[in-house]
Amino acid sequence: MATTEVERRRGQLAALSIAAVVIIVGVPLWWRTTETYRAWLPVSQIKELANMQLQLSADVEVVFARGTVTPEQQKKVPLTQTQDEEHTVDEDTALRYRYETKYRTATIMEEDALNQPTAAEADLSLHTLSESPCGSLVVYVIPESSSLLPEDVDVYIGQRRTALLRNGAQMRVGRTIEQLLAHLEPRLKQVLQVMSFSHTDITAALSDRVRLSPGNKESIADSMRSFKSSPGYEITFSLLNPDPKSHRLHWDIEGSVQTYIQPLLTKLAPVANFSIDSQTLYYAMLGVNPRFDSNRSAYTLNCDSLAHVINPVEARLGSNAASSNPVLNFLLYAPDAHHSPLYIHDRKKREVPSNAFHSPRWGGIMVYNVNGFYGPEAVFPVDINIDMTRVMGVFLAQLRLLLGVQSPTAPPGFLVAPCSSTGIADWELDRLMWSRSVENVATATTTITSLAQLLDQIGNIVINDNIAEQVSSAVTSLQLAVAELEAGNLGFALQYSKEAILASERAFFDPSLLHLLYFPDDQKFAIYIPLFLPMCVPILLSLLKIVSEARQRRREKQAKKD
Amino acid sequence: MAAHRCSYSALLLIVCSLSVFSVADSQETTLAGDHHDTAVDDNPRTDTVTAEQTAEQPAVDQRRWEATEVEEATLDDADTDTRDSIPPETAVPSSVPHPKDDFQEELVIRPLHSGDIYASFQFRTLWETDFMRGNKVSHYRLFPKSLGQVISKFSVRELHISFTQGYWRTMQWGQPFQPSPPGAELWVWFQDSVTDVDGTWKELTNVLSGIFCASLNFIDSTNTVQPSASFKPLGIGNVTDHRFLRYAILPREIVCTENLTPWKKLLPCGSKAGLAVLLKSEKLFHSSFHSQAVHIRPVCQDWQCKTTSWELRQTLNVVFDLHTPGQGKREWSLFKMFSRTLTEACPLASSSKIYIDITDDPQGEQFEVSPATPLLSQAMVLGDRRTFSVYDLTQQLTFGTARSLNLLIRWKSSEGEMLRPLLHAERYVAGYGLQTGEIHTLMYNNHPYRSFPVLLLDSVPWYLRLYIHTLTVTSKGKDNKPSYIHYQPSKDRVRPHLLEMLVQLPPNSVTEVTVQFERALLKWTEYTPDPNHGFYVGSSVISSLVPSIVAMDTNSTQERPLFSSFFPCKEESSYFVRVYTEPLLVNLPTPDFSMPYNVICLTCTVVAVGYGSLYNLLTRSFQIEEPSPGLAKRIANVIRKMRGVPPL
Repeated sequence: MATTEVERRRGQLAALSIAAVVIIVGVPLWWRTTETYRAWLPVSQIKELANMQLQLSADVEVVFARGTVTPEQQKKVPLTQTQDEEHTVDEDTALRYRYETKYRTATIMEEDALNQPTAAEADLSLHTLSESPCGSLVVYVIPESSSLLPEDVDVYIGQRRTALLRNGAQMRVGRTIEQLLAHLEPRLKQVLQVMSFSHTDITAALSDRVRLSPGNKESIADSMRSFKSSPGYEITFSLLNPDPKSHRLHWDIEGSVQTYIQPLLTKLAPVANFSIDSQTLYYAMLGVNPRFDSNRSAYTLNCDSLAHVINPVEARLGSNAASSNPVLNFLLYAPDAHHSPLYIHDRKKREVPSNAFHSPRWGGIMVYNVNGFYGPEAVFPVDINIDMTRVMGVFLAQLRLLLGVQSPTAPPGFLVAPCSSTGIADWELDRLMWSRSVENVATATTTITSLAQLLDQIGNIVINDNIAEQVSSAVTSLQLAVAELEAGNLGFALQYSKEAILASERAFFDPSLLHLLYFPDDQKFAIYIPLFLPMCVPILLSLLKIVSEARQRRREKQAKKD
Repeated sequence: MAAHRCSYSALLLIVCSLSVFSVADSQETTLAGDHHDTAVDDNPRTDTVTAEQTAEQPAVDQRRWEATEVEEATLDDADTDTRDSIPPETAVPSSVPHPKDDFQEELVIRPLHSGDIYASFQFRTLWETDFMRGNKVSHYRLFPKSLGQVISKFSVRELHISFTQGYWRTMQWGQPFQPSPPGAELWVWFQDSVTDVDGTWKELTNVLSGIFCASLNFIDSTNTVQPSASFKPLGIGNVTDHRFLRYAILPREIVCTENLTPWKKLLPCGSKAGLAVLLKSEKLFHSSFHSQAVHIRPVCQDWQCKTTSWELRQTLNVVFDLHTPGQGKREWSLFKMFSRTLTEACPLASSSKIYIDITDDPQGEQFEVSPATPLLSQAMVLGDRRTFSVYDLTQQLTFGTARSLNLLIRWKSSEGEMLRPLLHAERYVAGYGLQTGEIHTLMYNNHPYRSFPVLLLDSVPWYLRLYIHTLTVTSKGKDNKPSYIHYQPSKDRVRPHLLEMLVQLPPNSVTEVTVQFERALLKWTEYTPDPNHGFYVGSSVISSLVPSIVAMDTNSTQERPLFSSFFPCKEESSYFVRVYTEPLLVNLPTPDFSMPYNVICLTCTVVAVGYGSLYNLLTRSFQIEEPSPGLAKRIANVIRKMRGVPPL
């Protein structure tokens, strides 16, 4: 009896110790060896970013010229005033615009500048006096009697970051400063809408993140036209010569790029890097056959067929081998001798005067008829010099549209200064930078949050240190960009947002995150089960037996006691 | 990620559909564009002040941007004005800039002694520009933009890439104008400003594989070597530090239409005009041998070499097998070979010629060429003086009254002896079993009385472990000691073996190089999808200066047919030849690939059985149990119980 009891005891101990070994050594060992490396990610910060509260601050300086405020009023002029505007775009996106307005009276030098004969000269000399930083504005309030502006113009918007505002007629001397400011306010607001960010621009920039209710067709077309924000763009000019046998085309692309395109791109350098190249493609045909219009003895391309023009040409354009930035294509098509002249017709069957069209987020095509350059007795091939001024005019306009530089429609009474040789005014650049930084921030947060979601969903993806590093740097840059936007430092904000977008894309498109590389869990367990099942069943059974025996013994003991 | 891609394609769709809308936009562009027109045209009419303004660009710009709200009524007449007024100004171009680039095309047709036809196309684009210095080159005319970008981005000094389907049979066909090994071959000299050559090489191969639709992305460190002597730069420049050279060969690469299309796209005329209209893939790939190549190198502009220019040479060599039985007559024509005839030269080409090699038949006894041409030309090619009939496609006369050229050769007799090529080589694997083997390389010197040195380059993948101590070089039964050996041992999964040696080939002899190897066991993921097919080992390369029969032309800048000017010639008495051997197909020990699952099942069973019995031994307590009584006894006991008798 005693020996069997000892035997039983020993068997129980053996079963328990085997179970212990399996649990203490086996399970951790298996866990360790099959574990995937997952570097730490700043998940809580990413969650914070997903709930985006953007604040955009713009500094506005209102300068009163002599004759607009009386000395008594001058004393009461408040130094600063902030105005907040809040918009909730959707449940986790909110925008707040803050305009910090500073008031002061003009200095003597500024008074001198304002005494220039024309508004353009005044604008230039005010600019030389002081250069306002990126994203800020200076509004000069000039007396009603000032001869700077024409009769029916109240506001003049210069090429830089200054605007001239004519003091209203009804604001005679003698009112209080509060009334004066209240009177100025609506005009100021209009100026800000034109020269700085406007709500429509900013919400359009958020389109990546927020699905907007479909507005009118016009605004969708507007928002779809320009390229998405990217750290760099490749601009390619292609001369399509479908008929090198008859036309020998010469274009001075190098010189005209220097003259027309480069100044604009130099100005846009803070927004993105640009590289320009050009090529000549021979025997490149359009995808559609133009129709012959016998009335005008010319060939016509209808607007319906324009959509089919690009595809066959695109096969010849070639992708950029050296970088993966988006490409802006500008094609100059000189129709062959048998299909000239060629005109593009719009929906109303009228000739498009520039003979050019563009395709959103792709580029522009211009048809350049050369049949007028030679008579019927000409000997083929004819040498033809292309008038680059005409061509570049069209391409530059298209380039502006495709890059998203678009002038807002000015309210009545506004006079917008004509563009300088660079093709873009400072405040237009500011507008572009505002919407680009917001777009970058929105895109980068979407990328980072969806990456975090992906990694969260697929538990066995390896997260290497370099990815964690990219993610953290993207998060830091994003936080910095948001902070800079809040502080009103537009230049830095754009810089940080660009860094954020680069880092987030690099993390997102890292080849090691390809989830097809990893087994799903059910397949893994299908392999483990033949090993685990025969091992675990006896252990579990004997443990169950021990437990039930112990319970029975306790019951017996209790019965004995009773 | 999928979702991301999905959104991209959706975006594409939207963009496509939006291009329809774009006319609405185009009106805007139009406006912007044409008040510029009005600006220019208005000038003469309105006043002198604006006329002055047009002279300087900024003023023009100002007007262009400002007049966004020009009413449309004025546009039409302004536009007609434009058309009327411009022609007198620009009809006679003031100055046509001198083009800095030049394009030539030529086709050489050589009837081979085997009855096949060898057609060799060459297209050369010369561009007087400087990729080497820092200035960015970005405006392309004849030179393809994609290759130009590659050269400037990766600081390439020289690039040679070839795709070949089939093996060139030197003994039957003689030497080709441009030799190439089966599969894909790529060798690149980088500029000495490149710091991370390996990284640049990796990126370059990936970009090239995109450009040529080939699997060049399989080039990695395990099949890349840096030959020390075999591949010298073919262009100018005396950098011979082989740190900047990378050479790789992919013998398995299959060449087909998808490689030809991007190659044709690099030509200025595409396949629309000139000789390239003959390049139809359905005929080109129905041939015994097909090889297409791209060579980029800097060359001298003139003999003084004051200015350099970039040369892009696109070559395509094809051998048609026309001597098929059942066809009866031996004759061929352009139409029969390419299913096209020629109607014009590429209008961009400064020279466009067809050469037919009639050296073997000066009197027209063996074959007859029609239409006949009075133009004959002689060229020194591959150590021989050869005579060609020349057809100049830039002359209208060539096409005759039919306005199309269909060259026709009709054979009269099939006699004729081919001159044996002076140098050729072959290679094979010997041995049995899956453990060891031996590579034999045979090099033939057919010159009757002169010996010459050859450079042999062998690049063997790491999974054939060469026993370099077994390397023997014998010719005419005697040991032939190489005067230079460069051997770089392999590292498993990192780099291949590289063996280069300089061997003197005695006259009229066979030199045999043998080396033994052991086959390595690969990891199961390292096998190719069809491992039982075997593993390819790239061709060996034999480069040599072969003694020439005639004096070669050493002036490289002199006007010569393209086919004779590819390899630069340094001395008159010899010419450069490169010979490729066959690639090898070696079987490696291949496991059964369903094995891992079987192994898992088997081990699990063994573990379960062994572990189960051990566990039972450890945990069960054993006790002696009374054996239960038999059935008869039990029945007897039941009966006894009923009777009241004690049981048994």
